[in-house]
Amino acid sequence: MTDSKYFTTTKKGEIFELKAELNSDKKEKKKEAVKKVIASMTVGKDVSALFPDVVNCMQTDNLELKKLVYLYLMNYAKSQPDMAIMAVNTFVKDCEDPNPLIRALAVRTMGCIRVDKITEYLCEPLRKCLKDEDPYVRKTAAVCVAKLHDINAQLVEDQGFLDTLKDLISDSNPMVVANAVAALSEIAESHPSSNLLDLNPQSINKLLTALNECTEWGQIFILDCLANYMPKDDREAQSICERVTPRLSHANSAVVLSAVKVLMKFMEMLSKDLDYYSTLLKKLAPPLVTLLSAEPELQYVALRNINLIVQKRPEILKHEMKVFFVKYNDPIYVKLEKLDIMIRLASQANIAQVSAGELKEYATEVDVDFVRKAVRAIGRCAIKVEQSAERCVSTLLDLIQTKVNYVVQEAIVVIKDIFRKYPPTSRYESVIATLCENLDSLDEPEARAAMIWIVGEYAERIDNADELLESFLEGFHDESTQVQLQLLTAIVKLFLKKPTETQELVQQVLSLATQDSDNPDLRDRGYIYWRLLSTDPVAAKEVVLAEKPLISEETDLIEPTLLDELICYIGTLASVYHKPPSAFVEGSRGVVHKSLPPRTGSSESAESPEAAPTGAPPGEQPAVIPAQGDLLGDLLNLDLGPPVTGPPLSTAPVQMGAVDLLGGGLDSLMGDEAEGPRGDVSGSPAMGGTNFAAPPAGTMPANLGGPIGGGLGDLFDLTSGVGSLSGSYVAPKAVWLPAMKAKGLEISGTFTRQVGSISMDLLLTNKALQVMSDFAIQFNRNSFGLAPAAPLQVHAPLSPNQTVEISLPLNTVGSVMKMDPLNNLQVAVKNNIDVFYFSTLYPLHILFVEDGKMERQTFLATWKDIPNENEAQFQIKDCPLNAEAVSSKLQASNIFTIAKRNVEGQDMLYQSLKLTNSIWVLAELRVQPGNPNLTLSLKCRAPEVSQHVYQAYETILKN
Amino acid sequence: MIHSLFLINCSGDIFLEKHWKSVVSQSVCDYFFEAQEKAADVENVPPVISTPHHYLISIYRDKLFFVSVIQTEVPPLFVIEFLHRVADTFQDYFGECSEAAIKDNVVIVYELLEEMLDNGFPLATESNILKELIKPPTILRSVVNSITGSSNVGDTLPTGQLSNIPWRRAGVKYTNNEAYFDVIEEIDAIIDKSGSTVFAEIQGVIDACIKLSGMPDLSLSFMNPRLLDDVSFHPCIRFKRWESERVLSFIPPDGNFRLISYRVSSQNLVAIPVYVKHNISFKENSSCGRFDITIGPKQNMGKTIEGITVTVHMPKVVLNMNLTPTQGSYTFDPVTKMLTWDIGKITPQKLPSLKGLVNLQSGAPKPEENPSLNIQFKIQQLAISGLKVNRLDMYGEKYKPFKGVKYITKAGKFQVRT
Repeated sequence: MTDSKYFTTTKKGEIFELKAELNSDKKEKKKEAVKKVIASMTVGKDVSALFPDVVNCMQTDNLELKKLVYLYLMNYAKSQPDMAIMAVNTFVKDCEDPNPLIRALAVRTMGCIRVDKITEYLCEPLRKCLKDEDPYVRKTAAVCVAKLHDINAQLVEDQGFLDTLKDLISDSNPMVVANAVAALSEIAESHPSSNLLDLNPQSINKLLTALNECTEWGQIFILDCLANYMPKDDREAQSICERVTPRLSHANSAVVLSAVKVLMKFMEMLSKDLDYYSTLLKKLAPPLVTLLSAEPELQYVALRNINLIVQKRPEILKHEMKVFFVKYNDPIYVKLEKLDIMIRLASQANIAQVSAGELKEYATEVDVDFVRKAVRAIGRCAIKVEQSAERCVSTLLDLIQTKVNYVVQEAIVVIKDIFRKYPPTSRYESVIATLCENLDSLDEPEARAAMIWIVGEYAERIDNADELLESFLEGFHDESTQVQLQLLTAIVKLFLKKPTETQELVQQVLSLATQDSDNPDLRDRGYIYWRLLSTDPVAAKEVVLAEKPLISEETDLIEPTLLDELICYIGTLASVYHKPPSAFVEGSRGVVHKSLPPRTGSSESAESPEAAPTGAPPGEQPAVIPAQGDLLGDLLNLDLGPPVTGPPLSTAPVQMGAVDLLGGGLDSLMGDEAEGPRGDVSGSPAMGGTNFAAPPAGTMPANLGGPIGGGLGDLFDLTSGVGSLSGSYVAPKAVWLPAMKAKGLEISGTFTRQVGSISMDLLLTNKALQVMSDFAIQFNRNSFGLAPAAPLQVHAPLSPNQTVEISLPLNTVGSVMKMDPLNNLQVAVKNNIDVFYFSTLYPLHILFVEDGKMERQTFLATWKDIPNENEAQFQIKDCPLNAEAVSSKLQASNIFTIAKRNVEGQDMLYQSLKLTNSIWVLAELRVQPGNPNLTLSLKCRAPEVSQHVYQAYETILKN
Repeated sequence: MIHSLFLINCSGDIFLEKHWKSVVSQSVCDYFFEAQEKAADVENVPPVISTPHHYLISIYRDKLFFVSVIQTEVPPLFVIEFLHRVADTFQDYFGECSEAAIKDNVVIVYELLEEMLDNGFPLATESNILKELIKPPTILRSVVNSITGSSNVGDTLPTGQLSNIPWRRAGVKYTNNEAYFDVIEEIDAIIDKSGSTVFAEIQGVIDACIKLSGMPDLSLSFMNPRLLDDVSFHPCIRFKRWESERVLSFIPPDGNFRLISYRVSSQNLVAIPVYVKHNISFKENSSCGRFDITIGPKQNMGKTIEGITVTVHMPKVVLNMNLTPTQGSYTFDPVTKMLTWDIGKITPQKLPSLKGLVNLQSGAPKPEENPSLNIQFKIQQLAISGLKVNRLDMYGEKYKPFKGVKYITKAGKFQVRT
């Protein structure tokens, strides 16, 4: 009596028969019938026609029957949405059942039915179940929120389920906590920006408590969630580590690996001198090794992760080389990974264990891929550990003696690399001879190219080098490019070493490369050699035979920024593929880059911001480059210095809009001025009094009250001639609009900031032959919303060759649009002749506001709070000022020094400034007596401004 | 989280599918079949395969592939562990995890899968709890059920589900209260040509069979707990007690379970109980070779070594083998090239050996590699690491249980290179 009986049918009217049975009065018969239906369903038979009959069986007190009907419903509801609605009543009723098992089952099943009509009815029961007295129901309901979110995210947000879910993190039952975390994590994955899992020390504490008591799966969810937390200092990091460490002894390997992730991440913050740090290192090794005794699939994932861990912290597994030794019946994917890790672990201390012996054993195995990799591994060991080189070479020679074709080829490629690291001395002479014997058997391009390279490089030691190379030359055109290029170079080298007997050969190869080939690389290289040789053979010798730098030992390490990011993803698919999730996970919209926490010392940080994180400790690894996603981005950044294009401004109120220079804004300028958007051209002869205002040409609104700005502008008109009073640095006026481009109107100008007001000082010169009048000015939208606070007032028509000086007051309440570069300002000026456009860059310091002095404490907190990748460093060269002078000079431009410290003879100035749009920029300026160069580190939540702030610094300090 | 599960047999038929979210078409398995084709051997199919829209994470167990479909970033170990748990559960319920057993119990399988995972999140995976929810099939029960009409689905909430000890059900009652522990150690070793140990370690487990009434609280202590420095525990073990006192203190699940697993690795601690003398050679330009192996006891602590089997994967060019064993029997499968020699016990007076000729394909080059020998053996009443249980105490219950400990050492992945 097994379930296979449900598959056997004798008659054709199977569905009909089932229908009859489903409607039977006998419970037992009904149940059997539903089982038959389910059995048919599992093998893909269409039994949807029975939908109403099956749903009729739903109202039963037999739980098994109910569950079976639910199974059926979940499968077919989608295809029969109208009929599925029949089931809703029963669901809703079941959600009120006194038996918690049934309540939970009902809410769980409803969530699985992906039919909108049913989803609508789910909200009320779900809300109740989330607050159910029974934790089993609550934990089921928590998962149901994630299901619902998957079906209809908006509904979940509107109904406030997310908040209820967040509350469940503080539930008294650990299983409920774990499921709430799991549900929130899943929802957060599709909404990376939403701050769903807002972790703070209190919630962390709750999670850590739940961690000890929930099931293994719950532990995985909680650990993965913990890994996203950023502890505030090393003490907190240590205490979390202490509470996570017991998880390393869990029988479930996924729990172990998630715990490893948390520890690896938080370890970053611990000081290496700490006893606890070394204890932790010791504790990490055994569980990692234990993972390797699990099933091969688990081993594979573990090995991929160990590969990362070994690169980040080789010290953890440095004594465990042997556990990576390959067993002949390991699956191939495990073998290859083990080998990779063995090479990474190889060092002088353990080379004797691997030595060539173990690897040689692998090189005689059956599997071709593995054998090749083993041969490569021998070479890598030699390159990495000099002491082993000789032994490795002799092992490789032994392998060459086996005459197994692919082994020989691989060995030759490897020996070439060994030579590039340790140029052969006399003791390798015999090696070269052995290699030459195998010339004929090489059929892979890489091996042929390697062999040719060896012959060319050591031509002087090979008596018949010319014959060997000549033999290759015969089939020159059939060779791959790699071999052709190598052959060309090798023959040129040979010629330079033994010019007398090889002249013919070199001519032959040069003509083959330059005349008979289409390959641009080959032709170009051929011509280079040719010209070198014909112009100056001595120089050619110096160039071609120059000593080459030795190759480095680690060539395939993961780039450090990527490695750091991957360490944050230990245990995930990203760690298996060694790519950040953004590179491959579908639908990961705007994935947030994770980064390792910086090392901090809580004891010092209270005293000075100097202890604030500045990336990884020096000497530990290459300078941390702002995480930009891909390597290419990083390279560009390296070259260009500070990041120019970062992620979009997050805090600055900048709206992205279409570039609209010629659009609406200007239309209004050119068109009916009377309707100018802000009465820009009102030109009222307001309070100034001293000014003699000319009546504007157009029909102006008689704005007699006049904007206050206008009056102020007039006041400044008076002062601008006197020179700046203790205000910000003012750059000399520069020509913005040459006369040639503007039908005779030349505009030069500069920006000033005095006592809280920004103005644009303009010099208008009429170089035309006619009188100019009717001046007006308008700005395009710009990054900081700069706009004229008053109309442009030119009090009299400008006669030819006349110059007028005007100060235009500005405010920062205009519309905002991000510009590139950030401080670009596009201006339109109109006069009676035409409209002219120009753009200019304003110095950022005109935007530094007077109340930009931060509290010391706030400064410390903010500095820490701003992620490290936002930090930018600059050099200000040739500025021989002392700290006081620097400080006072900057203060005049509203850059405030908050604290000053003397560290080892250097003055560290901690400064803050605030932009008009309330962006704070924090700075650390290092002044060394006797060194005219200053080092400036800037931290800001909107890292784009850093570059411009730096320019402002430079401008202010140098003038 | 886990989206769908496909069960596939060795001939490539998908014989069961289960979806926890929306339905994913079977065609997604084509990517799996592609990878399977690429891997020469079933065991070499990579466990994680990426497809344009999904990830396939699979395990291979009992000649079946369990292929799960993933759509978002999930810890692969989590998925693999879960799949193994599914296979374990089938094994537990049906006595074997085979296509036939699964097809015979397809409705229970469906019910189980539904109970184990909800929306891709594991729900109940503990055998104790599952068995309360869905009763395993027995002949007796199906007879009784068909008479009384009762169901094999429990209708109350499993008691352990939410308690602090989710692994144990309440109200356990036995007339004979027993607690048995099996200390099982497997030696993983690689021995090189000359007989010296390249690598050796011991993988040990303590499996328990506990049939105790009520809520017993057990403490298991060892004579030499220092041996255990790399251990993985069943969740029931109180980690703090172990850290401070090196005592295993726990409230056990009911029935069979693995209490701890451990690893003893430092090489001088690992005794190698057998040695092999071997002489395998292939002559150049001739279609035959010699094969001669002898096995003898080494450090066996005075116990008998039994159940010895030697398996050798001979090179492809070997056509047949003509051997004579002094003890036991041998078979050679010319298709898979597997030589199996079943020896039995070793008696030190007369060491078992297997000698003879190897026939090679004529004209083919002689194999450059010598095959590795894979050795299986068993030693009763010995834990090769020297681990010894000191005592077992029970608290919380009044009765006196019957206690027993058994030791056994086996060969794990024990390989001799020749």
